[in-house]
Amino acid sequence: MNENSTILRMRDITKTFGAVRALDGVSISVTRGSVHAICGENGAGKSTLMKVLSGVYPHGSFDGTIEFEDKEVEYRSINDSERDGIVIIHQELALSPYLSIAENIFLGNENAKRGVINWHETNLEAVKLLARVGLQENPATPVLELGVGKQQLVEIAKALSKRVKLLILDEPTAALNDEDSAHLLDLLRHLRDQGITSIIISHKLKEIRKIADTVTIIRDGATIESFEMTEPDATEARIIRSMVGRPLDNLFPPREPDIGEEYFRVENWNAYHPVDTARKVVDDASFSVRAGEIVGFAGLMGAGRTELAMSIFGRSYGRNISGKVFKQGKEIQTRTVEEAIRNGIAYATEDRKKYGLNLIGDITVNVSAAALGRLARLGVIDRNREYVTADRYREQMNIKAPSVASVVGKLSGGNQQKVVLSKWMFTGPDVLILDEPTRGIDVGAKYEIYGIINQLAAAGKAVIVISSELPELLGLADRIYTISQGRISGEVTRADATQELLMHYMTADKD
Amino acid sequence: MTNTITTEPSTPTPAAPGRRTPINLRQYGILAALAVIIVLFQVLTDGRLLMPGNVNNLIQQNAYVLILAIGMVIVIIGGHIDLSVGSVVAMVGAVAAIATNVWGLPWWQAVIISLVVGAVVGAWQGYWVAFVGVPAFIVTLAGMLIFRGLTLVFLTGGTISGLPREFTAIGAGWVPGFLGEVGGRDVITLVLVVAVALAMVGIQLRARAQLGALGLPRESAVSFWIKNAITAFAIIALGWQLSDYQGTPIILVILGGLVIIYTFTLNRTVFGRHVYAMGGNLFAAMMSGVKTKWVNFFIFVNMGVLAALAGVVATARAGGAVASAGQNYELDAIAAVFIGGAAVQGGVGTVFGAIVGGLVMGVLNMGLSILSVDAAWQQTIKGLVLLLAVAFDIFNKRRSGH
Repeated sequence: MNENSTILRMRDITKTFGAVRALDGVSISVTRGSVHAICGENGAGKSTLMKVLSGVYPHGSFDGTIEFEDKEVEYRSINDSERDGIVIIHQELALSPYLSIAENIFLGNENAKRGVINWHETNLEAVKLLARVGLQENPATPVLELGVGKQQLVEIAKALSKRVKLLILDEPTAALNDEDSAHLLDLLRHLRDQGITSIIISHKLKEIRKIADTVTIIRDGATIESFEMTEPDATEARIIRSMVGRPLDNLFPPREPDIGEEYFRVENWNAYHPVDTARKVVDDASFSVRAGEIVGFAGLMGAGRTELAMSIFGRSYGRNISGKVFKQGKEIQTRTVEEAIRNGIAYATEDRKKYGLNLIGDITVNVSAAALGRLARLGVIDRNREYVTADRYREQMNIKAPSVASVVGKLSGGNQQKVVLSKWMFTGPDVLILDEPTRGIDVGAKYEIYGIINQLAAAGKAVIVISSELPELLGLADRIYTISQGRISGEVTRADATQELLMHYMTADKD
Repeated sequence: MTNTITTEPSTPTPAAPGRRTPINLRQYGILAALAVIIVLFQVLTDGRLLMPGNVNNLIQQNAYVLILAIGMVIVIIGGHIDLSVGSVVAMVGAVAAIATNVWGLPWWQAVIISLVVGAVVGAWQGYWVAFVGVPAFIVTLAGMLIFRGLTLVFLTGGTISGLPREFTAIGAGWVPGFLGEVGGRDVITLVLVVAVALAMVGIQLRARAQLGALGLPRESAVSFWIKNAITAFAIIALGWQLSDYQGTPIILVILGGLVIIYTFTLNRTVFGRHVYAMGGNLFAAMMSGVKTKWVNFFIFVNMGVLAALAGVVATARAGGAVASAGQNYELDAIAAVFIGGAAVQGGVGTVFGAIVGGLVMGVLNMGLSILSVDAAWQQTIKGLVLLLAVAFDIFNKRRSGH
């Protein structure tokens, strides 16, 4: 087999939805045995392109040609493409939680005779596949007992069971912590050495730098450029430039901090796990935020950052919660979400689709959702005022949608996040807790969100940003707390903060 | 990253106002289906379907489903289901009959007692759903058995008939024609429908003027006037036929009031908005400070009260209480709600849709009965209509790219 042959060639792919051109003559060719990254802003057309490739959009519903292993192919469904060895792993994992690892790996592809499954062989085969992806688990373990990182590996094992030649991963590390991400990238490298080609769609440029052999950048449904990562000018800056179509000199908008008195303080906060009630998830946490200050919270996944925020915000998480919350020196209660909101606290959740938005509702109802009382008299909503309010936020936050009657589920991630922020701004908060405010959104929208966060601080609010991305915290926060194993393990000012120092505190063990 | 439509820089277009107007496109579809069914049976029955007596019966016979459907659509928007309403109808009927005939209370006291019983039933079920967290399917399945059983206990297996005339009038009586008759037609009925039609157009005009004043998107004048002309015509035509029979059924007045109150509740009040929000995304509603438990509780209390009202109406129309009353009513109500465009997952649905859905079933019933189609086939046909209506809905949604 020729080492540098082309395994996949897509030519002039054009796909329209009604009047909208999602893809406009995209071409891409992927070298056998390479890792090929596809970059682009949200909505650029990456996922659409992968759906064209895998047959989700059947042959005939788009223009252009696909050649796989030097044959022109006409896939009509996912089954067709999988038969050729093209397997796509979506961002939202598609495993059945109550079935075992082995059952999931062979789901739809069971080792059976006349409908009766041969469990012995199934399990043997599963063990072999798990070994290939470096997962040491009993194949009989139900998938719901695994973390997201391990579930991802099960997905890859499942792909291997289908004799995959081309593995497509859509944002594979979006929900993984650093350790799991590193393991996944190692695995992709390992599979590449075995001759398996991968296409990886990712927003994380560092990751692309680490793993990709070739990068193709798509913008507005068209290929912008494609280059080898070994080229001397294959830099992150170049990728960003191609993605957004303009040089982004600085990833963070400039800001002059204007920090006032202490505004918000939490003392000796404790919370226990809701099910495993003996486990302390938040352990004696104390911290404070000043007016106009942006305070970052750094921590590894599972360290207790979200748990800390949610237990403060209306005791939405955990049991046996204790501790005190002060605003401007006066103790306040936050026993229910409604009470927390009334006391001027806002919490934009980490998972905006699951906890943040009514996806079937329009922008209007989402913006007003947390402060309907401000628009109502005697329980009757003034809908005209509601509309005007939502429209004002649409303009102010630059939410890209035809009108505020647009259904939120159809917006891109960045615009959805702006709706979430609008919702919380409309509650008139003094203290904003933003949990992973830029997760899964593209560079351009991130910049806008950072700008909004800066404005909030400039307006004298106390802002807390929880983030897994250390550069984000370093670029944004005036002061950073680190959390490890439920405890506040460190506090670093902007001047002293480095990734290394933060990581040192984030991995600090309990005494 | 899945959607390209919205990331394009786009100028705000005065788009279709969507949920802003109480009637959306999806409901025009079901309204058109109702019109087609009416025309179809009108032709098949040689014009007998819309004869004054039949129009009157259509309303009086289906009032209970329509009342139940109003409560059920709220339950379903909230993401629940209520299987117990048929049994509640029977039990409340028994209580009402006992109140009038055994205890000898006046009709209005019997009605109040009935509604209180309904509220208690709703509070009982709401408690288990909202505060204990038992799924509504289970709670109301249990309720279906419990309240049917209690009905048998109350009636000791027998029936109570011969209810007072004031009570039966609720389900089978008419608004007194104190303005007399002109050409054999009841004048008060004609006055009523003209007043309602005018009021409707007036309210719509005012809402439209407000939108205009605020510079908000609104539908075109042509579509606005066509819609209003058709609705006004339908209302007046209904009155025209009714005036030729016995006048305005009392139950029609009650129903009209309920439709107005509940449309307003769902569209304009905080409670209504919270119901939609919880059906759309329960977690997001919780994290926005909605008191989800209490909203759930009141959804069921409300359903209990409306089921009790349906029980009063059904018992009044039947003229007596029997233990087998109200059987399958829950299924009729649920079918009406889904034909009317509600979503099984919750978050979607309207009172207007549920009423039209109930009327589709009612017209089918009546048309098939006039054609003397066997009851067995009637059920089969109704089942198919439900299936096709929802399948059509799903097909439509898929085409529009969901």
